[in-house]
Amino acid sequence: MKLLITFIITLVLSINPALSQEKAYLKVASKKFTENVILGEIITKLPSDPDLIITHIRELGGTRILWNGLLKGEIDIYPEYTGTILKEIFAGENNQTENFKSRLKKLNIGITKPLGFNNTYAIGMKRDLAEKYGINKISDLKNFPNLQFGFTNEFMDRNDGWPGLRNKYQLPQTDVKGLDHDLAYRGLDAGSIDVIDFYSTDAEIEYYNLKVLEDDLKYFTEYKCVILYRKKLEALYPVFINSVKKLEDTISESQMIKMNSDVKIKGESEQQVATNFIESRFSIDVNVEESKFLDRLWHNTKEHLFLVIISLTGAILISIPLGIAAYKKKKFGKVILGITGVIQTIPSLALLVFMIPLLGIGSWPAIAALFLYSLLPIVRNTFTGLEDIPNSIRESAIVLGLSPSEILKKIELPLASRSILAGIKTSAVINVGTATLGALIGAGGYGQPILTGIRLDKVSLILEGAIPAALLALLVQWLFDLSEKIIVPKGLRI
Amino acid sequence: MAITLKNIYKSFNSTIAVKDFSYNFKKSKITVLIGPSGCGKSSLLRLIVGLIKPDSGAIEINDRLLTDLNIQSFRKRIGYVIQDRGLFPHLTAKQNISLMAAYTGLSDYNILSKIEQLSHLTKFPSDGLQRFPAELSGGQKQRVSLMRALMLDAEFLLLDEPLGALDPLIRYDLQKDLKEIFGELKKTVVMVTHDLYEAVFFADEIVLIKDGSIIQSGTIDDLIQSPADPFVTRFVNAQRSEIITSRDN
Repeated sequence: MKLLITFIITLVLSINPALSQEKAYLKVASKKFTENVILGEIITKLPSDPDLIITHIRELGGTRILWNGLLKGEIDIYPEYTGTILKEIFAGENNQTENFKSRLKKLNIGITKPLGFNNTYAIGMKRDLAEKYGINKISDLKNFPNLQFGFTNEFMDRNDGWPGLRNKYQLPQTDVKGLDHDLAYRGLDAGSIDVIDFYSTDAEIEYYNLKVLEDDLKYFTEYKCVILYRKKLEALYPVFINSVKKLEDTISESQMIKMNSDVKIKGESEQQVATNFIESRFSIDVNVEESKFLDRLWHNTKEHLFLVIISLTGAILISIPLGIAAYKKKKFGKVILGITGVIQTIPSLALLVFMIPLLGIGSWPAIAALFLYSLLPIVRNTFTGLEDIPNSIRESAIVLGLSPSEILKKIELPLASRSILAGIKTSAVINVGTATLGALIGAGGYGQPILTGIRLDKVSLILEGAIPAALLALLVQWLFDLSEKIIVPKGLRI
Repeated sequence: MAITLKNIYKSFNSTIAVKDFSYNFKKSKITVLIGPSGCGKSSLLRLIVGLIKPDSGAIEINDRLLTDLNIQSFRKRIGYVIQDRGLFPHLTAKQNISLMAAYTGLSDYNILSKIEQLSHLTKFPSDGLQRFPAELSGGQKQRVSLMRALMLDAEFLLLDEPLGALDPLIRYDLQKDLKEIFGELKKTVVMVTHDLYEAVFFADEIVLIKDGSIIQSGTIDDLIQSPADPFVTRFVNAQRSEIITSRDN
């Protein structure tokens, strides 16, 4: 047991360097699409103050996650778009440009001038299909109610997304699929979707030979790219902020499309593309550290194990006493089993996102969500394991003169051990799988290469996360099978 | 008087299990509670060991009222054996027997010599001590249960159908051994059975129970020669004719 605790503490320290030593850290974040990741890489590699260690938390779930992270100081800086600030972050407020700038100031958030390009939402379809039907503008879609629309989940929900678009253009299509941005392109290519949303700087527009439909009613606002950062950075890291400001008005639309295309179509890494940009813009040499496969694997494994071990250990320490309490006090038990059961029904992604306002982004909210998920199987199995002990055995123990605590320790828990262990095993396997979603809120782990792989349509990267996750689940299962021989008393295994 | 029950009432939900039951269980005697199933004989044993509480009435042990406060110390003075599944399946025979002794601060040496003495007394093979209950036969299990009950030199021995789950032959052997043990130890024994022949075999006094009340108590001769109630004759004859019928076959 001591060994286990030491191991966990060592793991915590080795993964969260901030806990082990005092140094200046700055966290850049990016949304989970290529352009934003490239911009995040560029910011990360900017010339900065000495002794400042800049890390990049890539591919966070969505605007809200980043914005709340910035407000709470979980992250320090990230690339954002003016349209998103107006229509999403300050939605429902007076949409005056001046107003949002002063709003940001009050929140102690700094903003750069636009970097140059406008990456607005656009609606499009395959060129041959558009020509076949003679569709040129969004208004033309009104006449084709049978076209299958597939929009990104974010676009489906945004105030400036699908609901508004349908109103403005009075579109008749109602059966609209919500899906991931990268999957939408593939669906379009395969013909299962006819019309999708995308960003006007997407590399795929040319690659897939898409027709961008004219926004004839001027529905979409400008989405000029800016960089949001915590105001404090100006005083703390002047060199860095100065570099950030040098990005203003330097990236044209065609330049951005090219960078996107270099990553998505040519398959260069974001680091490489960002490095090329900085080297030409700042006339400096930047070391590119292309991470090696094994290093990445080890890094992801450490992060993943960190999530699983901490959350599962916490769940075991809490659930077993809860299960015992539920068994001893039946009314309380119903409440406990009810609550943990309800938690289990919350979709995992939703639970992860619920944690953000409470715990910010990164490992801890993911650990909290995984912890909550791991409760039910252990609580329930502890409860039923104890409940299933024959009354004759319990009564023999009572009449023998053993006290209730002695009975619990010597008789009931050993007899329930197999059931409790099975509960822990279930939790552990679910935990290993669910932890891959942690990457969406900046927790890293095996989910990170999966996210990147989906974004870049690179199966090898998806497998780089999926295979170790599956192997880890098998390993966990095997370890628990092995520990059954140690933990479950021999007399119960005959 | 060793164990005294005074006007005990006990019902479960709306079913009356024990009704105005008063009886003195005599010291160093073997008393057998007998009656048809559901007559409340097991409930009486469970009342004495405190697994259930009477709705009204009093239980006295050596003239001291049994309460929540002294039940735990009383339990250390009783040995309790039930029909089946009373052994802890995750502990070896030896661990089952010595579990409680370890808590009372008995030294390892004393525990070992006591176990040796008991396995001799109960004719339990000493190589079986390291086995788990699942590895023991039904008769061996009951011998272990008995050893566990006797480990702390209990003053009282309460047995609830101790031979009920055994094959006839094993049962016969164990009956003989058990009677020898009772004779040797001279403990206050209360045994529950539904088998009249077992009752006759063991009892100093038989207590015939029906619907939670005593119908008659005394020796088998009392029951046969001066039945208190037509039920007594019916109960005695029923088990008698069972034997005769099976002999005819």
